[in-house]
Amino acid sequence: MLEIKNLHARVEEKEILKGLNLKINAGEVHAIMGPNGSGKSTLSKVLAGHPAYEVTEGEVLYDINFQMKNLLDLAPDERAKEGIFLAFQYPIEVPGVSNFTFLHTAFNSILQHQGSDSMSEGEFREFLVQKMKLVSMKPEYLDRPVNTGFSGGEKKKNEILQMAVLSPRLALLDETDSGLDIDALRVVSDGVNKLRRKDNAIVLVTHYQRLLDYIKPDFVHVLLNGKIVETGDASLALKLEDKGYDWLIN
Amino acid sequence: MDNNKSSQNPLESYEYKYGFTTDIETDTVKKGLNEDIIRLISSKKNEPDWMLDYRLKAFRVWEKMTEPTWAHVSYPKIDFQALSYYSAPKKMSAESKPKSLDELDPELIKTFEKLGIPLSEQKRISGIAVDVVFDSVSVGTSNKDVLDEAGVIFCSISEAIKNHPDLVKKYLGSVVPVTDNYYAALNAAVFSDGSFCYIPKGVRCPIDLSTYFRINAAETGQFERTLLICDEGGYVNYLEGCTAPQRDENQLHAAVVELVAHDNAEIKYSTVQNWYTGDKEGRGGIYNFVTKRGKAAGKNSKISWTQVESGSAITWKYPSCILQGDGSEGAFYSVALTHDMMQADTGTKMIHIGKNTKSTIISKGISTGKSSNAYRGQVKIMASAENARNYSQCDSMLVGDQCSASTYPYIEVKNKTATIEHEATTSRISEDQIFYLQSRGLDMEKSISMLVNGFCKEVFKELPLEFAVEAVKLIEMKLENSVG
Repeated sequence: MLEIKNLHARVEEKEILKGLNLKINAGEVHAIMGPNGSGKSTLSKVLAGHPAYEVTEGEVLYDINFQMKNLLDLAPDERAKEGIFLAFQYPIEVPGVSNFTFLHTAFNSILQHQGSDSMSEGEFREFLVQKMKLVSMKPEYLDRPVNTGFSGGEKKKNEILQMAVLSPRLALLDETDSGLDIDALRVVSDGVNKLRRKDNAIVLVTHYQRLLDYIKPDFVHVLLNGKIVETGDASLALKLEDKGYDWLIN
Repeated sequence: MDNNKSSQNPLESYEYKYGFTTDIETDTVKKGLNEDIIRLISSKKNEPDWMLDYRLKAFRVWEKMTEPTWAHVSYPKIDFQALSYYSAPKKMSAESKPKSLDELDPELIKTFEKLGIPLSEQKRISGIAVDVVFDSVSVGTSNKDVLDEAGVIFCSISEAIKNHPDLVKKYLGSVVPVTDNYYAALNAAVFSDGSFCYIPKGVRCPIDLSTYFRINAAETGQFERTLLICDEGGYVNYLEGCTAPQRDENQLHAAVVELVAHDNAEIKYSTVQNWYTGDKEGRGGIYNFVTKRGKAAGKNSKISWTQVESGSAITWKYPSCILQGDGSEGAFYSVALTHDMMQADTGTKMIHIGKNTKSTIISKGISTGKSSNAYRGQVKIMASAENARNYSQCDSMLVGDQCSASTYPYIEVKNKTATIEHEATTSRISEDQIFYLQSRGLDMEKSISMLVNGFCKEVFKELPLEFAVEAVKLIEMKLENSVG
């Protein structure tokens, strides 16, 4: 589904990704771990198309209608329409725009891209209320401005709600576990687990093994200094928990 | 990474869809301004002597005045002798004016239909009475029967001068005197038409009232005059819209609007202003130099101004409230959007005279392109205004890095019991906000317009529903770009 080849990227003249390779297939869950500043968040932002990050070398091939296309040629909204989703580490507040209007507009723009009819407000509200149960969100959050005045946990739940609604093929969860208490972590993880399917893939970017107790990854990668230096199964995360990253730095 | 698609400023231009011209035979007076022209305008309208005297007096005052230069706008000096002060479709002259809207020249009906104002009987919108003004004349008012039944007078000001002279004499110039300012004096001398409305005691106007202004003729100024009186306990919701053809020359629009609210009366006045703005380089467009003021004369009377200013090359406009009656309230809700080379200097004045008077100011300025957008507001608490309260919130949003926003608040307090709150913010739409919306599948223009609409929400919610829908669409259209 996605193949990253020799990816180099920088932000404000500073090179962060230095030749990253990664292959992701449908149905897989990948965890990307690594110390602060190793490039984890940069990777997810580059894949989603954040304009502040510049790709200087390499390519990212993504399956669009059974053809591998260069994802980097697409604007961020086009990537979203092709099924890429980024759950933000720090979800952005959008004052004055209700969560409902925001989700409805986003959902319909994706439907439109797929050539389907848009969904009416009434139908969408019903659909949305069902999806909200997945992350135990109360319907009143629909009429509040997007993320405005939400607690850290509510913001993260709201990201997973958006994921549930937009039903991406490739979801990138950027430190979705950070700032969550144990109950919220369980709710969010349950939500993500229910969204796992054979035809989609999930990338978890995280600092902590804790999240992986709830969402079992098929692969764990260690990102160090802009490159993936080690790949293993779920047991690698436990080893990292135990030994830290030092043993990987020669 | 090829970022062209996401980093380009999307607000480069906007196509004005009301820029067409109506080909219609007109009666246009020759260019220039002098007493003879004023006599000519007055005689064309078959006006009584007192009206002519009023105009001449205003003209003499105007001649002695100089153009104001304090606003944060710049433009070449206007040659007032190079303008025509009266232009009307031939079939609308005093002698041959159609008796009802259905007898109107089909060209005019077509024009207003294109503007989204259907005038023919079958298509007319119920629930709203519209007075349509084309260049210098009012071409007719719809839904008169409903208003007659309620005792509401709603007609062109020319008709009011003939049919309700006592009301006009009593109120014309009572809120904006001839001597008030340069453009108000000019308007008093040459105003050609506009709307008049009188809500009798205890009447809640059963439908919304609306005036639609259309400038069509070239090199002609439009000077309309609106006078709206709401007697004791009355209520009216009034809407105003405006458009003009796309021309390379600048055109002058200098209107005066006066509102009077008596005891316990309430007037809500909403405007969506979409005059032609000029092109990308700043060629052409309307100079919108307008004086709007309401006098909350009676006890517990209320006046609110809600405006969406999205057009004109230059806007110079400060809808104000004189809070004279004890317990009276004034409000000003404004969204001013400037793009390309537009310049706007707009705001309000709240003059507290009565006891326990209250005013609210919510202003949202959005600047894009190379435009400049200034809020200028005055809150004045007179010595007599015990326990006056004002709340002001002025927010500016910048889109791109070549535009500017300024805020000029003036606060003058002569009574210690006053409570005044003023908040102001300036923000820029951040890359992260746009990216967030884009990453959910909204394209760049849609993302920006969603952020701008959110920013304006507090003002839009004050607009009547249909107007709010129109305003949202208008802002979206203006923000739409030529990316790709």
